[in-house]
Amino acid sequence: MAYTKKVIDHYENPRNAGSLDKNAPNVGTGMVGAPECGDVMRLQIEIDEKTNTIKDAKFKTFGCGSAIASSSVATEWVKGKTLDEALSIKNTDIVEELSLPPIKIHCSVLAEDAIKAAITDYMEKKKEKKE
Amino acid sequence: MKLPIYLDYHATTPVDPEVFRAMTPYFTEIFGNASSRNHEFGWTAESAVAQGREQVAQLIGASEREIIFTSGATESDNLALIGIAEMYQERGNHLITSSIEHKAILDTCAYLEKKDFTVTYLQPDQTGQISAEAVAAAITPRTILVSIMAANNEVGTINPIAAIGKVCKERGVLFHTDAVQAAGRIPLSVEAMGIDLLSLSAHKIYGPKGIGALYVRRRNPRVRLAPMIHGGGHERGMRSGTLNVPGIVGFGKAAELALRNFETENKGIALLRDRLWNGIREQLDEVYLNGHPTERVSGNLNVSFAYVEGESLMMGMKELAVSSGSACTSASLEPSYVLKNMGVGDDLAHTSIRFGLGRFTTAEEIDFAIKKVVATVRRLRDLSPLYEMAKEGIDLKSIQWTGH
Repeated sequence: MAYTKKVIDHYENPRNAGSLDKNAPNVGTGMVGAPECGDVMRLQIEIDEKTNTIKDAKFKTFGCGSAIASSSVATEWVKGKTLDEALSIKNTDIVEELSLPPIKIHCSVLAEDAIKAAITDYMEKKKEKKE
Repeated sequence: MKLPIYLDYHATTPVDPEVFRAMTPYFTEIFGNASSRNHEFGWTAESAVAQGREQVAQLIGASEREIIFTSGATESDNLALIGIAEMYQERGNHLITSSIEHKAILDTCAYLEKKDFTVTYLQPDQTGQISAEAVAAAITPRTILVSIMAANNEVGTINPIAAIGKVCKERGVLFHTDAVQAAGRIPLSVEAMGIDLLSLSAHKIYGPKGIGALYVRRRNPRVRLAPMIHGGGHERGMRSGTLNVPGIVGFGKAAELALRNFETENKGIALLRDRLWNGIREQLDEVYLNGHPTERVSGNLNVSFAYVEGESLMMGMKELAVSSGSACTSASLEPSYVLKNMGVGDDLAHTSIRFGLGRFTTAEEIDFAIKKVVATVRRLRDLSPLYEMAKEGIDLKSIQWTGH
């Protein structure tokens, strides 16, 4: 399969690869996918609690080049956004950005799910802290 | 050293220069139709075909009159299964094969099932082998044909063909084997192995594409086949169509070369294959060999690199032409059915890479490949959440994955 230049670029130079402290109260971790399905994405966000914006994001992905590129793009896009803005990122935006072929659309769906899962994780942590 | 390096000899092989030289006159100067019995052009073509037939027969210890030329092994497999099923349907409607055969066998079996034949698909053991005992246990009074591959195209595992042939003889059932990956790599003898039908392809043994053969036994028993392609009655009426003379000449030469250097060539390839495997496993943890540790064709190395998805691995080592059992390389999203049926979990099947070495592979290329593989796996493991979790001692099986 031929990859687009952008997919190759994100694969070869992944943005924000790595980990954040998953135990920190202002870090949300979302992990989606399954090893049996051939892709697992872990996306982490660090929230600036004063402004309620995402100040840092990191990812690690087990999956094909398109899955790696999708998660790399997702981390780039969520940085600097409020949680509500991050929640409005759609998988179709990623498909368009990377020109993913139909067979790779599930990679973009996973990336969207990963953002949502990370935000949910952070919100739950915050709720627990209050209680 | 030229890049990229070809390590996909299971898929196809380059035409050997000696084969190419033998073929060239048959396109322009010696262009006759081998069926033209009434002039010099036809006679020369016919004698070239006779020589090719003899050379191909020798590769498998057959007589030249038992070789039917086809367009390739897919056609040979179709002809063997459908031709036998149709010819012997009075006797029975049951066939036995394995779940890890090439698609040319499996899809043909599915076709026959629609025509009211029944097929038993034997499951291999975890090394990819089918035992003669399993074949014997599956034979019923309605069984007409057993088709088990000589060596597997993904993991290279060699089956106990002689033992299976013996069982079939004892029970009076015809035995077909797809020997595409085995030819030129392990000794084949249709007599010693009790084989009644055998499929071959030229382009897997350094011959041209578009030519293959089906061996059809003539004595003890005399095997009959219903043809699929009807026409001028070529190839003893089993496969009509003007013979591909240059293809047959090339196939014959390729078979001759395969026999000429049989031992030294396969020993050399196996040494390089082991060098590749040792280089990989000495530097990387959690790499798993798929297939049989010893009963494996010389050029095959199929490895699962845990926690690294196969397609991304290939993307990172573009200098190596290999293939993967990962789902992402196929149109379906399922990983390799061969690995799955051998009991390799989907998680590891997604991380598998098949290296195929051959006649023109060099030590320099293998050393380059080792470096490239090791560096790419390390880089992608740094990027893999699974590797990080495994290193932290988390049991990945204990996690509730979301799937999709």
